[in-house]
Amino acid sequence: MKTSRRKFLNIALGTSFFGWIVSVIYPIFTYLKPPKIPEAVVNSIKAGTASDFPANSGKIVKFGRVPVLVIKTVEGNFRAFAGTCTHLDCIVQYRDDLKQIWCACHNGLYDLRGINVSGPPPRPLEEFAVDVQNDEIFITKKLS
Amino acid sequence: MKTGSKIFQWLDERFELTPVIEFMSKKKVPLHNHTIWYYMGGVTLFLFIVQVATGILLLLYYRPGSDSAYESIRFILTKVNFGWLIRSIHSWSANLMIFFAFIHMFSTFFTRAYQKPRELTWVTGFILLVLGMAFGFSGYLLPWNELAFFATKVGTDIVGVIPFVGSFLLELLRGGEDVTGATLTRFYGIHVAVLPAIFTVLVALHLLFVQRQGMSVPENLKDLPEEKMREMPFFPHFFLRDALLWMVVLNVLLFLAVFYPWDLGFKADTFAPAPAGIKPEWYFMFMFQTLKYLPAHILVFEGEMIGVLAFTVAGIAWMLVPFWEVKSRKGMKKNVMMITGVAALTFIIVITIIGYLS
Ligand code: HEM
Ligand code: FES
Repeated sequence: MKTSRRKFLNIALGTSFFGWIVSVIYPIFTYLKPPKIPEAVVNSIKAGTASDFPANSGKIVKFGRVPVLVIKTVEGNFRAFAGTCTHLDCIVQYRDDLKQIWCACHNGLYDLRGINVSGPPPRPLEEFAVDVQNDEIFITKKLS
Repeated sequence: MKTGSKIFQWLDERFELTPVIEFMSKKKVPLHNHTIWYYMGGVTLFLFIVQVATGILLLLYYRPGSDSAYESIRFILTKVNFGWLIRSIHSWSANLMIFFAFIHMFSTFFTRAYQKPRELTWVTGFILLVLGMAFGFSGYLLPWNELAFFATKVGTDIVGVIPFVGSFLLELLRGGEDVTGATLTRFYGIHVAVLPAIFTVLVALHLLFVQRQGMSVPENLKDLPEEKMREMPFFPHFFLRDALLWMVVLNVLLFLAVFYPWDLGFKADTFAPAPAGIKPEWYFMFMFQTLKYLPAHILVFEGEMIGVLAFTVAGIAWMLVPFWEVKSRKGMKKNVMMITGVAALTFIIVITIIGYLS
């Protein structure tokens, strides 16, 4: 009788202690996780005028929240790729001497199709579609 | 009676200080040709105190935020009286503190000070070193300059490769998916509140253990007959030598801070290509450089993930050294722990140098 009452109390206390811990930890953990800020979905942006863009060069433009690298090749064709290196998140750049896309962080190289050709990057860069209309460069997400 | 001793008596009556002082004056520091290593922990402690003092001063003008952090540090450097000096000392002392913590760790390793009964002194010490590196990592971002921005992108992205919890941890650390002003706010909180609180508690424990157990004596001297053991009282003899060394360190620190002022660099632009020469702080170099050598894929796993796991396992093994150490028995030619220590030290030094040369 006595021991079972003790046992009951221990279980009751133990359970409520556990419940208390959870009720403290849970809000803290969820607080630490940053809330998702709703933002307009960007599908397309303008990236300047095509004739002002020097051949054999590249520049980073803002595609909503993410950087996109726009390149004009030596032949005058436009290409666009996600600007974020698939290795460890650095921002890539166009190297006019190599005619390739270069990541300075760990010497990663991608060719002009966005394919990782040397260095640590494990995957190709995501490609964006480029359209030139009335000398204006439009960049859109590719539907895959 | 003099005022000083009156005050002492007043306190002694209430807090019984006499036994504490007696304990301190009975504590002896052994004298032998490895005594110099007993000073290294103290130097680390001194540099931590410098960090707290200069850190509080910087806090008075620093403003976190992606469009105020860099500007506020430039303000400290150019407008605030002696601001450049305070910042330079804080940066130099941070690096020296970690440098001395490494020396301290390896010296207690090679003199076998971690053995029973000092296992927990070793464990708390190791955690202090890890926290010290976390101090460095979080503080590095605070000026919001180009190098720090990309180093933080890379450093936190590595966390993301940890299986299962990686992406959660990444978001927790960055305060979002990317490194932004939200990351800066978080690192700031970690750097000035979370880490100092934990670090202080652990230093207190670490020192309590050392005071309680006294200094260890290297193995080859343990068997000496008592009358042959030379020692000196901790208080005031050793204490004053400690203090003298601290003054020397302070002078070296000031020399470095004045003649090699810490650079601020360019403000981070979150939409600009990474500049060449992104390097982590020197004490992360050996890990960073090792990761570079790993292929992109090992079997089906990403190379980075294997590397990070390997370093985590090695770190935990190192922390638990006192619990698995292989004792060298008489007649055993090879000393396993000696080889482990030399191998670890050589690895760190060689890879770090290669990292800077390449
Ligand atoms: C980072 C901040 C640290 C501070 C402020 C600190 C401070 C100290 C101080 C003042 C001493 C007494 C004097 C001495 O032996 O040098 C000591 C002893 C000791 N520390 Fe640390 N320490 C730190 C980190 C470490 C690390 C990283 C380790 C190793 C993992 C470690 C392991 C030990 C051991 C085993 C002793 C006892 C030495 C003996 O009895 O001979 N400490 N520490
Ligand atoms: S982040 Fe681009 S190569 Fe490592």
